This record gives sequence, C-alpha cells and structure tokens, in this order.
Amino acid sequence: MNLDKFLIPASESVRRKGPNDRIVMSSRVRLARNIKDAAFPGWAKKPERVRVLEIIRPAVEGLSEMKDGFSETMDNLTALEKQILVERHLISREHAAKSAGSGLVINPEETLAVMINEEDHLRMQALRPGLQIRQAWQALDRLDSELEQKLDYAFSNDLGYLTACPTNLGTGIRVSAMLHLPGLVLAEQINPIIQSVNKLGLAVRGLYGEGTEALGNVFQVSNQMTLGETETSIVERLEKVLAQIIEHEENARASLLEKKPKMVFNHIGRAYGILANAHCISSKETMNLLSLLRLGVEIGLFPKTDGALVDELFILTQPAHLQKTHSEKLSAEERDLLRADMLRERLKPVSRPVAKPGNSTASGLDKSDKS
Amino acid sequence: MLCCICKEKNATVHLTQITGDKMQKVDLCEECARSKGVNDQTGFSLADLLLGLGASQELESTGGLETRCPKCGFTHSDFKKSGRLGCSECYVTFAEGLGGLLKSMHKGTRHIGKVPESLRTRRDLTEQLSTLQKKLNKAIETENFELAAVLRDEIRQLNSRLASANA
Repeated sequence: MNLDKFLIPASESVRRKGPNDRIVMSSRVRLARNIKDAAFPGWAKKPERVRVLEIIRPAVEGLSEMKDGFSETMDNLTALEKQILVERHLISREHAAKSAGSGLVINPEETLAVMINEEDHLRMQALRPGLQIRQAWQALDRLDSELEQKLDYAFSNDLGYLTACPTNLGTGIRVSAMLHLPGLVLAEQINPIIQSVNKLGLAVRGLYGEGTEALGNVFQVSNQMTLGETETSIVERLEKVLAQIIEHEENARASLLEKKPKMVFNHIGRAYGILANAHCISSKETMNLLSLLRLGVEIGLFPKTDGALVDELFILTQPAHLQKTHSEKLSAEERDLLRADMLRERLKPVSRPVAKPGNSTASGLDKSDKS
Repeated sequence: MLCCICKEKNATVHLTQITGDKMQKVDLCEECARSKGVNDQTGFSLADLLLGLGASQELESTGGLETRCPKCGFTHSDFKKSGRLGCSECYVTFAEGLGGLLKSMHKGTRHIGKVPESLRTRRDLTEQLSTLQKKLNKAIETENFELAAVLRDEIRQLNSRLASANA
C-alpha cells in the first residue's frame, strides 16, 4: 500500500478543529496490551515476534473502525516513510526503528493508530484535534473492547494488564495533550509550571514524547502512573490540570500584551522577518519561529492570514516531509536551503505584521523600555 | 533548555526520575550526562534510569542471584540492563522484588481499572458461586433440604456457565 497516497495531506489535516485548539494542538490516549503465552517484543526472538504479528495484525485489520485503513509491516516501509509517520505523530520514534516482526495499522481518518510489537505487543492510540482527551479515551476503549474478543490479553486480577515495562502496568494507559505555550515561555513562567505539574505526578515532555526537548514552545503533558487508579480518574485528573495550564497560558498572553507589548511584537516581527526572508534555516529554528508566528496570528498581528498555514508549515518544514518532495537524497545543508526557499515562497502572501492588534488594549511602550 | 547541573550548555539528555513518591525531570548536557555515568553503557543501569535509583538492586535482593523466569528464561540481570521484563509470567517470577518498586512508582499496587469482559464474567460467576455455596452449606446445616435442592441446581447451572466461559 502506498503511504503517500493514504495520508491526509498536511494542508487538510491542519484544518481539523477542536475545542481550545489555540493552545491544545492535539489530544491523545494510548493503551499498552500484550497477548498471553508470548514473550514481550524486546525479549522475544524474531520468529516469535513474527508469530505474534501474524496473530495480531489480522485481528486489528478486521476491526470495523479499521476498514479501508493502512496496514503494513515495518520492514516494508522505507526509512523516509517511517520518519514521515513520526513527524505526523502516528508512530513513536522507537517504532520507527523497528523492522521485520513489527507492524502498523492506521484508520483512514488518522484518528486511530495501532503499533504492533513496539515495546509491547500492542500500542494502540486515539488522536483528536484540540482538547478532547475524554473523547479519545472513549474511542480507544471501544476499539480495545472489540479487540479483546479476538485476542487473549495477558491480564492479572491484581496487576491488571501486564506490560513489558512496570511503569505501564495496570491500565496501560497514557493520556496526553500537546500544548502550544509561547505565552508562558515568553513570560518566563514555564519552569515553575512544569515543576508544579511534575509534582502532581504528571510528566512534561517535548514535541516527540519521551526524551525529546521542547521545540517550538510545544509541550506534551501526560500521566505517569497507571496502576491503582481507574482510567476515568486518570482522564479527569489530566483534564483538570490541562484546564489550569490553559488558563495560565491565556493569562500570560494577556499580561504580556498589557505590560510588555513591544517585547512580544518584537519577537513576532523578527520571527516573521527571518522566516519570510532567510535563505538557509534549520528545522529547529523554523519551529521556534513558526511558534511565534502562530502567536502573532492568534493575537491579531496578521489579520488576513489563516492560522492553518502556520500549522501546515510546521509539518512541511520538518526533515522527512521536506525530503519527500525531492527525489534525490538531501544533505542537512541542502535541506536548510530548500526549507528557506519553501518558507519564503509560502509566506509571500502574508503581509508584514501590523504595528498593533486592532482589537487589543495593547498600546504604548513596555514599562521596562521607558527607563 | 539548559543543563540543570552546569546551567551553561544546552541539555540534550532528558531523564524523568522517580524516587519514592516524588518525580523529577532532569535535563543534562552531554558532558554532565557522561560525568554522571548516564552515557556509560557498562557502569549504568537502565532499570535505575527508568524506574528510579535502586530499582535494580530491589529486584536483586529477592530470590538469589540466578532467579530465572521458567517461561521465558529472563533473569534479573536482564531486567537491570533493560528496565523491562521478558514476558507476562515474569510478573509472577519476580513478584516479590517488584512489589516495592510498583509501590514507589504508582498510586497503588492493585489494579482497579478496566477488566476484559470475558474475565469479568468469569470473576462475577466465581463470586456468585462462592455465595451460593455458603448458602447451601447453611441450608444443609439447618436441614432445609428443599432450599438445598434449589441451591444445588443453581450451582450446577453456574458451574456449566463458568465452564463455557473458560472454554
């Protein structure tokens, strides 16, 4: 099956709307499951992994939700295709490193993705735009209930669903939201927020999950504990914390615009200047600047620009997406040139930021500038 | 993000550490990570990294050195290397050592979430059976043989349902 033809174009997928999507870019729930009588993927030898894949893959493909979906074994995907799937957040980086004996099934809407033989036999995830973790959990719960009729899960009455790593034991659930928090970063309030979120037993991670740094002011917040709590209470706890983070971000933006508008406009204006005029730009710098551009659109500095364009560029300027549009293998330097070309071209219709947002109370100089 | 030890270089190694009921995120630059032994493949236990310092010792302290999972052959030194277990049976093999570990990383040590439908049926039936059996014993004690006969039929019925649920 051709992955390129299957995937929803970035220009379309960024137009999907969800509640609070100014701040919550997406919501995700994943469940870890294993089947009985087989070693976990990290310990199983290849023939056993292949056997497990051959049991699980048809079961997943046969689910009503997965009709007309994409199903492939990891050895049949090129390194580039795998990287594209990572950049779309459909598979983990760990799964991208897998080959024979691992597989992947995605539904046509790209709201459900099942990794087979990642760290566990099954890693299923439900994705939704905006703040919809409860809806994502309900969708995944249904998928799991349908699947448990076909597969014999490893389950213990005391310990719940048995997983390769004890950190996922019990419910096997990880609930997470991807947050765009430029306000808290600019206001230098992000570290205390991260610390207090950590104290509540939740993890804060970077753009691509575990072990990645925060690029483009995007942070992933997720539960850490999986045993001794019901799925619903985990979902509810995260919802509460997310509501608070959203409020803090809104407050940070409002107070920045009131107290330090020049600082904010300066950052956004410079970001626009570089993105629209650079001839060589790295993926990391691009993401950090696009984040500021996104903030600019949201606070009204680019009245005629659709925010979806920024989100689309966020996807298209990443290494694998950029490589995909060129037949010959690009070096990192060549990519930086092509990325800059693409940005200049796509940002042509975007006019310079207005001096101040029309409907905002922001005016005058920063208090600190007066001194 | 700056390295939280030297506070000078950019952090490229990101760890989340759990100690007791506290969780801590650590961001290190490559140099500090190396000096802390994070990059040292031989001297460093991934189990400690993933599950909190002392995790590997905890598992080690039980059952002697060569505890081996009878099902998959996994040993605690494999656990020390990878921070992961070999198969679902390992949770029985290494149960003793895992207890403390689970306590420190989770809210509780007993699963109270979702249960697969088929097991739920089985569990419910087993509970019903034990209640009926008690009633039956009492009925026999009090020589209420009419009730005992009814209960015996009910138990028989539940038993056959349980047998088909197990099939």
